[in-house]
Amino acid sequence: MSDTSTQPTGERTESIDRVIIRFAGDSGDGMQLTGDRFTSASAMFGNDLATLPDFPAEIRAPAGTIAGVSAFQVHISDHDITTPGDAPDVLVAMNPAALRSDLHRLKGNGSVILNIDAFTERNLDKAGYSSDPREDGSLDAYKVYEVPMTEMTKKAVEHLGVKPRDAERSKNFFALGLVSWMYTRPAEHTLEWIQQKFGKDQQVADANVAAFKAGHAFGETAELFDHAYSVKPAEKVPGTYTNITGNVALAWGLIAASQLADMPLFLGSYPITPASDILHELSKHKNFGVRTLQAEDEIAGVGSAIGAAYGGHLAITTTSGPGVALKGEAIGLAVSLELPLVVVDIQRGGPSTGLPTKTEASDLLMAMYGRHGESPMPIVAASTPAGCFDAAIEACRIALKYRTPVFLLSDGYLANGAEPWKLPDVESLPDISTTFATEANGTNDAGNPVHHPYERDPETLARSWALPGTPGLEHRIGGLEKADKTGNVSYDPGNHELMTHLRQAKLDGIAKDIPEAVLEGDADADLVVIGWGSTWGAISGGVDRVRAAGHSIARIHLTHLHPFPPNLGDLLSGFDRALVPELNLGQLSKVLRAEFLIDAKTVSKVRGLPFTAVEIEAAILDSLGVAQNGAAK
Amino acid sequence: MSDTTIPETSRKDWMSDQEVRWCPGCGDYSILAAVQLALPDMGVRREEVVFVSGIGCAARFPYYMNTYGMHSIHGRAPAIATGLAMARPDLHVFVVSGDGDALSIGGNHLIHALRRNVNLTILLFNNQIYGLTKGQYSPTSETGKVTKSTPFGSIEKPFNPVSVALGAEASFVARTHDMDRNHMMDTIKRAHDHQGASIVEIYQNCNVFNDGAFGQITAKSARDEMLIDLRHGEPILFGADRQRGVVLDGGGVRLAEVADVGMDAVLVHDETRPDPSIAFMLSRIATGPHEPTPVGVFRAVGRDEYGSRVNQQLAAAQEQRGPGNLHDLLRSGATWEVE
Ligand SMILES: Cc1ncc(C[n+]2csc(CCOP(=O)(O)OP(=O)(O)O)c2C)c(N)n1
Ligand code: SF4
Ligand SMILES: [Mg+2]
Repeated sequence: MSDTSTQPTGERTESIDRVIIRFAGDSGDGMQLTGDRFTSASAMFGNDLATLPDFPAEIRAPAGTIAGVSAFQVHISDHDITTPGDAPDVLVAMNPAALRSDLHRLKGNGSVILNIDAFTERNLDKAGYSSDPREDGSLDAYKVYEVPMTEMTKKAVEHLGVKPRDAERSKNFFALGLVSWMYTRPAEHTLEWIQQKFGKDQQVADANVAAFKAGHAFGETAELFDHAYSVKPAEKVPGTYTNITGNVALAWGLIAASQLADMPLFLGSYPITPASDILHELSKHKNFGVRTLQAEDEIAGVGSAIGAAYGGHLAITTTSGPGVALKGEAIGLAVSLELPLVVVDIQRGGPSTGLPTKTEASDLLMAMYGRHGESPMPIVAASTPAGCFDAAIEACRIALKYRTPVFLLSDGYLANGAEPWKLPDVESLPDISTTFATEANGTNDAGNPVHHPYERDPETLARSWALPGTPGLEHRIGGLEKADKTGNVSYDPGNHELMTHLRQAKLDGIAKDIPEAVLEGDADADLVVIGWGSTWGAISGGVDRVRAAGHSIARIHLTHLHPFPPNLGDLLSGFDRALVPELNLGQLSKVLRAEFLIDAKTVSKVRGLPFTAVEIEAAILDSLGVAQNGAAK
Repeated sequence: MSDTTIPETSRKDWMSDQEVRWCPGCGDYSILAAVQLALPDMGVRREEVVFVSGIGCAARFPYYMNTYGMHSIHGRAPAIATGLAMARPDLHVFVVSGDGDALSIGGNHLIHALRRNVNLTILLFNNQIYGLTKGQYSPTSETGKVTKSTPFGSIEKPFNPVSVALGAEASFVARTHDMDRNHMMDTIKRAHDHQGASIVEIYQNCNVFNDGAFGQITAKSARDEMLIDLRHGEPILFGADRQRGVVLDGGGVRLAEVADVGMDAVLVHDETRPDPSIAFMLSRIATGPHEPTPVGVFRAVGRDEYGSRVNQQLAAAQEQRGPGNLHDLLRSGATWEVE
C-alpha cells in the first residue's frame, strides 16, 4: 500500500506518484481557467506537469451540448513526465454533456466527480442521454462522487449579496476548491491570484474566494471522500522555474532574439487561432522596443514584416495554416530578396478552416514546398512548450545569419500546453547579431563605387545587407530575378540557373551550422523511431515503456527539418526499419524516404489531439512484431 | 555644420544607372522626370529616400531611381511600406502603384494605409488599363470599355480613385496628370510635405493599350475648359476666361456660369475642411475624363501620423516601465526555486 500520513485536519492522506485530472464542462463554465489554476498551484508546489487544453472552436456553442464541451487535462507527477497523460484518473464533469463526451477517456475504476445540479432532464436531453447515466448502470465501472456544486456555491456566496444567477458563475471555483483539497494543493497561491484577477470587482473576487473555500471545506467534511491524496514535488535540476505555455515561451524567445541580435523586434500579424496569443503577448512588451502591427490581413502581416526587415528590424510574422497559405507569395518574395524573416506557423487541423482549436502537424510539406518556383527555406520545429523559447532564438539566428526567411513550426498542443520551465541564465544565450554593409563593395559600369547587394559571404553565401539610410549604398532589390552580385534585373538564362543553385546551396550549407542529430538509445536496435515537433513527449513516453518491457530501440527527434542535420543520413543507414509518428498522414516520412531512400513507416494520427505514450508504445510493439502483452506475434 | 545641411542635387543625381524600359511615348517617362526634378527641392537626402512598388509597368519605377528601393509583389506595396515606415520613421517612403495594383489586387492594403495615416507618399499611376499584362480592363476602366478580356465591353462600374481615398479617411488626396510637369512637381512636393499618408492620382497615358484615355481633358488645347484647378482659399473657377465655376447647390455641387450665379456664389476651395463631404462631391463632378475634371489638392488635413504614434507608445512604455529587461521578463510570472 502507498504510505499514508496525516493532514493537519487529522485526515488520512495517501501519497501517489502521479495523477491525471480532466476538468470538463460547458464552454461557459470556465474550465480552462480552472485547469490553468490547478496547474499553476501544482507548478508552484514543485510537481512536474504537462497540460492539454481541449476546447471547441465556437466561443459559446449552444449551452449544454456536446459541441459546447470545453476540457482541460493536466498530468501532475513527482517525477519527470513528458505528456498530459493517456487516460485520466479523475474526470470532473460539470454537466451531462461533459460526462457523455469525456467518460470514455477515463481509465477503468477512475473517479468521476459530477455536478449533479446540472443533471436535469433538459440537460440530459441536450447531451443526448435517453436515461440518467447515474441510474442506468453506465457508471458502474467508476467511482462516482455526486456533488451539488451549483447549490452549494449559491449558498456559499449568499451572504455576499450576490444575485443567484451571478452566484452560479463561481461554481468552477467550487470545483477547483474541491479538487485542490483532494490533491492537497496549497490554497494561498490560488486565493492570491483570485484577488489579483478579479480585484476590480470586489464582489466577484469575494464570491470566487467563498466558492473555492466552500469546495475545499466540502471535501474535508463530507463523508463522500474517505481521504485526500498528495503528489510530492518532482526532483528537478536546481534553478528558478516558471510555468509556461508554448505561445508565451515563443513570444519571449522572439524578444530574447531581438536583444541577442541587438535589433528592434517587429511583428506583423493577423489574428488567428491558435497563434493570436503571440500577438497579444508581444503587444504588451512595448518597453522592449517591440513594434506590433495588427495588419488588415495575413498578406499585410508578412508584407509589413518584409518592409520592417528591409529597414533593419528583426521581423516576424505569426499565423496558422490558413494564414500561411495567404502569405505564400510574399514569403517567396523574401526568399528572392534574401531578407531575414521568421514565419511562425502554429499548426492546427486542416484543410481550410478545419479544426481551429485542435492540434495537428500537417503543414510540414507546405512549409517545405508551399511556394512557387525553387524557393527553399529553412524549417525549425519546437518540441515542447518551453522549447518554443529556444526554437524561436534558433529560427532568428538562421534568418539573420543567412539572410533568409525561416519557418518556425509549433502547433496548437504546444501553443496552449504548459509545463514547468527552468529559466535559462540570460548571459548564457547565444550572440546572434549580424553585420550591415557600410561601404561600397563594387563599382558600376561608369567605374563609380556602388553597393552590390548580391555579393555573398563565401562561407555562408549570405548576401551583403545595406540598410536604407546608409549614404552611398543606395540600391534596388525586387522580386524579379536579379543578376548575380549587382542585383540588377536579369533575364539571362545562365544567370537564373546560377541564382537558383546559389539559393539552394545557401540553404544546404546551413546543415554545417546546426547541431548534429542525436541518436538516443541502442544504435544496434532493429528499429529507430524518428519524430519531429510536438510528438517529442509522447514518443519519449512510448519509447520508455517499450524499453521498460525489455526491447531495445533507438530514437531520433528532429528540430531542424530543412536542411536536416548533416549526420542524419549516416545515422539512419544503420537501421533496417524506421517508424515515424506524425500528426498528419506521413509528411516527414515522405521526405525521409525521398532524401535517404529508407523504409520509413508512418504512424499517423489526425484526431485533433496529440499522441499518447500508450499509442506510441502500441505502434512500436506492433512494428517489432510483439503483441501488446509481450508475446511475439 | 556640414552634416546637417542637405547636399544640393540635380535631376542627374536621382537617376539610376539602369536603362529605362517603358514603351516609347509612355506617360510614365514624364512622371519619372517630374519626380526626379522635384526631389532636389524636397529637402531630402538620397539615402533617406525609399521607393516601394508592387507589380505593373508603373511599378518598375524604383529601378530608375538612384535611391533605396524595392520592387515587390502585386498589390502589396502599401503593406510593405507600412512596415518600413513604422520601423524607420527617419526615412521618406514613396509608394508607386498602378490602377490595378493599387485598386484591384491591393485595394485592401491601400485603404488601410490611408486609414492608419502611415507616413507614405503614394503615387497612383492611373492609365485605366492593365499595361504590363498587355491590355485587360482595370478597376478604373470606364463601363463599356472594350479590351482583350472584355470583347463585348466592360459591364463594371469603375472606381474613382479620389473618391475611394476620401472614403478611406485619407488625410491628403490630390490629382494631377502626366502632361503638365509643373503641376505634377508641385502636387508631388505637397504630397511629400504632408505628415501622414498622402495619395496622388496621376492620370497617365498608356499609349500602347489605352492611348488618349485622358486626351479630352489633358491635351494643351483642352485644359482650360476641361481641367478645374483646385487652389486652397480661392473660388473654384475654370475656363479660358475663368468664366465658369463650381457652386454648392441643393446639397450637392454643380458647374455654373459665373455670369449666371455671380462670383459670390462660387465655392471657395478649402482643402483643410475636417469634413470630407465637399471634397468628395468635388471628386464626383466629372463622371470620367471627358467632362470638366478637378485637379490639384482635394484634401489636406492634419491628423496623427501612424509611425509617430507607434513610437510615442513605445516611449511611454519605456518611461513607465524602464527599458525591457530579459531576466526580469522571464521571471514576470509566478516562479519557484528548486534547491
Ligand atoms: C499575384 C499576381 N497576379 C497577377 C500578376 C500579373 N500582373 C502583373 S501586372 C498586372 C496588372 C498591372 O496593371 P496596373 O497595376 O494598372 O499597372 P500598369 O501596368 O498599368 O502600370 C497583373 C495582373 C502578378 N504579377 N502577380
Ligand atoms: S504598356 Fe502602356 S503603361 Fe506599360 S510601358 Fe507601355 S505604354 Fe507604358
Ligand atoms: Mg494600369
